[in-house]
Amino acid sequence: MNPPNPAVARATVTVSAGAGYNFAYLDEGTKRMIRRAILKAIAIPGYQVPFAAREMPMPYGWGTGGVQVTAAILGAADVLKVIDQGADDTTNAVSIRRFFTATAGIATTTRTAEATVIQTRHRIPEAPLAEGQVLVYQVPIPEPLRFLEPRETETRQLHALAEYGLMHVKLYEDIARHGHIATTYAYPVEVAGRYVMDPSPTPKFDNPKMDDCPALQLFGAGREKRIYAIPPYTRVRSLDFEDHPFRVQRFDRPCALCGAEDVYLDEVVLDDAGGRMFVCSDTDHCETRLAEPRLAETRLGETRLADGHTGEAA
Amino acid sequence: MEPLLSVAGLTKRYGGRLACDGIGFTLDPGEVLAVVGESGSGKSTLLSLIAGEVAADAGSVAYRMRDGATRDLDTLSLVERRALMRTDWGFVRQDATQGLRMAVSAGGNVGERLMGVGDRHYGRIRATALDWLARVEIAADRIDDPPTRFSGGMRQRLQIARNLVTAPRLVLMDEPTSGLDVSVQARLLDMIRGLVAELGLAVIIVTHDLAVARLLSHRVLVMRAGRVIETGLTDQVLDDPQAAYTQLLVSSVLAA
Amino acid sequence: MYVAVKGGEAAIDNAHRLLAEVRRGDPAVPELTVAQIREQMRLLVDRVMTEGSLYDPDLAALALKQARGDVVEAVFLVRAYRTTLPRFGATEPVDTGAMTLARRISATFKDLPGGQVLGPTFDYTHRLVDFGLADAGSPDPAAEAEPEADAAACPRVTDLLGQAGLLEPSPPDEGAPVGDLTREPVDYPADRAVRLQGLARGDEGFLLALGYSTQRGYGRTHPFVGEIRVGAVELAFTPEELGFPVSLGTVALTECQMINQFHGHGAVPPQFTRGYGLVFGQGERKAMAMALVDRSLRAAELGEPVAVPAQDQEFVLAHCDSLQATGFVEHMKLPHYVDFQAELELVRRLRAEHAARAAAPAPASDESPLREAAE
Repeated sequence: MNPPNPAVARATVTVSAGAGYNFAYLDEGTKRMIRRAILKAIAIPGYQVPFAAREMPMPYGWGTGGVQVTAAILGAADVLKVIDQGADDTTNAVSIRRFFTATAGIATTTRTAEATVIQTRHRIPEAPLAEGQVLVYQVPIPEPLRFLEPRETETRQLHALAEYGLMHVKLYEDIARHGHIATTYAYPVEVAGRYVMDPSPTPKFDNPKMDDCPALQLFGAGREKRIYAIPPYTRVRSLDFEDHPFRVQRFDRPCALCGAEDVYLDEVVLDDAGGRMFVCSDTDHCETRLAEPRLAETRLGETRLADGHTGEAA
Repeated sequence: MEPLLSVAGLTKRYGGRLACDGIGFTLDPGEVLAVVGESGSGKSTLLSLIAGEVAADAGSVAYRMRDGATRDLDTLSLVERRALMRTDWGFVRQDATQGLRMAVSAGGNVGERLMGVGDRHYGRIRATALDWLARVEIAADRIDDPPTRFSGGMRQRLQIARNLVTAPRLVLMDEPTSGLDVSVQARLLDMIRGLVAELGLAVIIVTHDLAVARLLSHRVLVMRAGRVIETGLTDQVLDDPQAAYTQLLVSSVLAA
Repeated sequence: MYVAVKGGEAAIDNAHRLLAEVRRGDPAVPELTVAQIREQMRLLVDRVMTEGSLYDPDLAALALKQARGDVVEAVFLVRAYRTTLPRFGATEPVDTGAMTLARRISATFKDLPGGQVLGPTFDYTHRLVDFGLADAGSPDPAAEAEPEADAAACPRVTDLLGQAGLLEPSPPDEGAPVGDLTREPVDYPADRAVRLQGLARGDEGFLLALGYSTQRGYGRTHPFVGEIRVGAVELAFTPEELGFPVSLGTVALTECQMINQFHGHGAVPPQFTRGYGLVFGQGERKAMAMALVDRSLRAAELGEPVAVPAQDQEFVLAHCDSLQATGFVEHMKLPHYVDFQAELELVRRLRAEHAARAAAPAPASDESPLREAAE
């Protein structure tokens, strides 16, 4: 074996992979393997499909699952948006977007409406998604029962037998202890009336957006080696009790920059005297509203109708 | 009427040792059968075999399901088996820490079976749990405490409530009172006797204590070295044992 | 007026350039060469090859240079490179019995055919810092030994015990395909071949601690070092077109065979059982730890109760990979403020309710800026 070319190695200090890598980094065989897993996941909504995750140039825990899913589905004509915490400019989103620019050369955008593929960590965009769009979620721990039952052999059985009593015991315990269900993010959902799924650490505020969504939702966990999916227009129901129904967080003030209401806000610390302000977590949403307020208001009006998707009132 | 449970030829070997050798009996609804014997008699193995926790080498267990059909338990799918154990059957373990979720509150422990069969009303689940805690004489204000803070007797009573909440028709009990103080045992046995009669439960209770058998059971199976030595109505067998081993057991009981 | 934070791209670029500068260090100091690392930090290179799962000393040395000496970073670079390499097949199993031995010791016999060959080892050094090493110098030439007549003069201890039936035989090779956890996700329970692969790639520190725990009572396996071999083995590969094996060259390996006590029962007569460790280069600590944990993970198969972490294959295999571990631990540095915001909201609400309950019988008005409403 020849010693590696130092010039190529040096170039990999930054994200650029240079010549010699396939489109979107993964070889075609790996992409086929991942796409087969994705198809199986779409056929069984909410079911975690094991896949042979590859070692990627970014660390486990930093989005390798999402990156592999995106790499497997990207085509030359796709337009990619990457967000982390709802923002395009956070360091990890920047890093991943650059990775795909370097390895696939595809167009990228910060505008939700213009993207064909959106890779996200911890947020669903405020703007309702459309048919033909794909939302790829980065997932750290795919197993919703993991913290109740650490053994994979056991949780596999529980899913196969649809034995989800344990999940409800946890919710019961929360109400008994705190008076409320204490899960505020990664809030478990039931998909298509069968599998219980972890939506990734999105705040429960975003759960309603997954229900009956026109876009395809794909979930990639690289370190844990699982892929799962919610096909478009699938029923997604957050677990709750009849007398303690699922509730989203509401902020009682609008975004301090653009005035948006009914959106998720980031708390910004201004000084050490308790000064705070709240701004849109979704930076594209905020910028769009600031640039074209009339257009954004129409969209917001549609958003107000139902759980965050366009269309007839629910 | 067809029996609720029919066991035939149940056999289990561990290496060269025969833990259960061709055990057979039937059980009617509402009937309490005590399986007595000393350690090593195979009585606990018998219970494990019936519960399906250990695979038998030979023999069969047939159960009359709620719909009236009698099924050989080997023919049940894993889903059916687990559903049966969660609803129509109960298993009260000798060690309560094995039969309870120690990190979950008493209310959660009792409510789990209800949530497992689809109950989704917190208030009703909690009310049912409170009702059962009262029936097993656990104070209502303990409902949110985990069983780690309960005494041995309380844990056993909680285990009983957890098992009975889905109105099972058959309950297996493995030495439910051993390790408890004598007065606590007496109280627990009395409670079990009351519940069994009230709910019409069929019970198979494994015990080395003949007094427990006499108090709770209609019939008794005496086991030794994996075999049934003698069987019959409890009072008859204990008052007038026929087999030499049974006579030895009965005569060995220390006067109170 | 608050302005949303921008400039992530520029910040990253600057961070990378600063990293390159700091990596080089003081420019007045001569730059490290790959050859220097490969030759003089050889044990480090061996570890990076083993955990990187790729035998290429120059690459491992370069990775160490790029990683500024951080082992896990270097392993990361090697593994990421490995992913891109095409596979053209699998070699024949290596025959460690035919190893050209640099070192060979056994703790189970005082003397044995082939003898105890100490080789280059720290074992008997006194750990006194040698300040002479701070200056350049050449060591005195080492003594030359008589060349070994042939490898048969050094039979494996495990073969000697096996001939007398005292040691359980190695499971026969039925030609079944060997699992590869880099190609398929691990399906628990995993077979021994996959477990050994996971252990070979696993973090040395983690396995060392687990092995240590078995010696201290967390699942005792009564281990003895049957044999440790360090040396070079030949790699043979059978190309489809030729139909016979050709030699690809040699690799350096360390092999550890542990002999463990087994309590025979019933029809099975008592036999010693095995634990196995194999690493690239010279890595005795890792090979020994691997052998201890390998034996421990066989508890279920050998009818022993599984009670402690070192016997729990899900626990060991899920946590022994340093890249997975560091990825997830270090990912905590990534922004989590959206989820933290959700937790803040809940805690504020619970505190308000708590205060209200303490202050008045009727619930007070909510003071927190966030509240819940039915959707």
